[in-house]
Amino acid sequence: MYSFLQACRQRWSLLVLSCAACLLTGCDRSGDALARFHAIDITGAPYGHDFRLQAPDGSERTVADFRGKAILVFFGFTQCPDVCPTALTRAAEVKRLLGRQGERFQAVFITVDPERDTPAILREYTQAFDPSFIGLSGDLAQTQKTATDFRVHYAKVPTGSGYTMDHTATSYVFDPAGKLRLAVSHTTTATDLAADISALLKDAVPGH
Amino acid sequence: MNIKHDLIALLITSAASLAGAQVTISEPWVRATVPQQKATGAFMQLKADQSMRLVAGKSPVAGVVEIHEMAMDNGVMKMRQIPGIEIPAGQTLALKPGSYHVMLLDLKQQVKDGDTVPITLEFVGLDNKKHTMEIKAPARPLNASVTPPDAHKH
Repeated sequence: MYSFLQACRQRWSLLVLSCAACLLTGCDRSGDALARFHAIDITGAPYGHDFRLQAPDGSERTVADFRGKAILVFFGFTQCPDVCPTALTRAAEVKRLLGRQGERFQAVFITVDPERDTPAILREYTQAFDPSFIGLSGDLAQTQKTATDFRVHYAKVPTGSGYTMDHTATSYVFDPAGKLRLAVSHTTTATDLAADISALLKDAVPGH
Repeated sequence: MNIKHDLIALLITSAASLAGAQVTISEPWVRATVPQQKATGAFMQLKADQSMRLVAGKSPVAGVVEIHEMAMDNGVMKMRQIPGIEIPAGQTLALKPGSYHVMLLDLKQQVKDGDTVPITLEFVGLDNKKHTMEIKAPARPLNASVTPPDAHKH
């Protein structure tokens, strides 16, 4: 995958360079040159530019609607017993850790199972984690397009009684200017993710 | 509330052991749901004196109960129904987020935080005999974390 490999390589070469530079100069501001984020920096990635999906109130939402906020985007489904509640619990913890900055943080849950995840279920589900969290859905074609645009894999898998969904467990972070910046593994801790988002929010307000 | 959960779990552990079967079930819990949500997971720790296999389950709150395994494959979450889970003799096997769980499907009602969910589990021993055991699993909030909330922070 372009983003992961290239971002990792970039990150490591930066790290090596900055360590070398610090050894030579004895600089004490190595943090500036080191990888800034715990998550993978995918700034400039040629995918994941936008989504156009419906909120539970029927309104259409795109990235631009959340301008001024850092957006955390996660793809999942509400019948998921495990990864999805864990990701949303982490998002709620991130918001708490951000304190006042949390007002400029928006978690967005995009369902990959629009056939079962009705707007009413999505509203209840996301709000059980934090009242500000929003669940978005589209029809099957819109869902597929959005997942493809974000390089998210999902598939319906039959089980004895019905079906379950395989899906990519990576979260994405947009900065307050609406640019895709980070890919976040499901194993990244709330503390690390909050630090990354805090940095993005600080960048967006010069002088603060 | 957490202390209450621990107590319930403790009582269930004792009760299950006293029932004469060779499986001990401890710290069972079910993730609470929101209205109209049709599925959720049950988690617990299983320990057997002799090797046993968890093969099935049923619950009055669910139309269907399945045994599932969750795994991450190259960043993709995959959940699969499996025919059973082996419990090696003397070892504790954890059904937990990120691993095995009992899936409650076709829910007949919302599972609310604090509810107690009865689940009957069916095990098969090496002698091919069936053992059933009923547990009463407390529901933890939808946003319960992987580790038992405050279970070890008294």
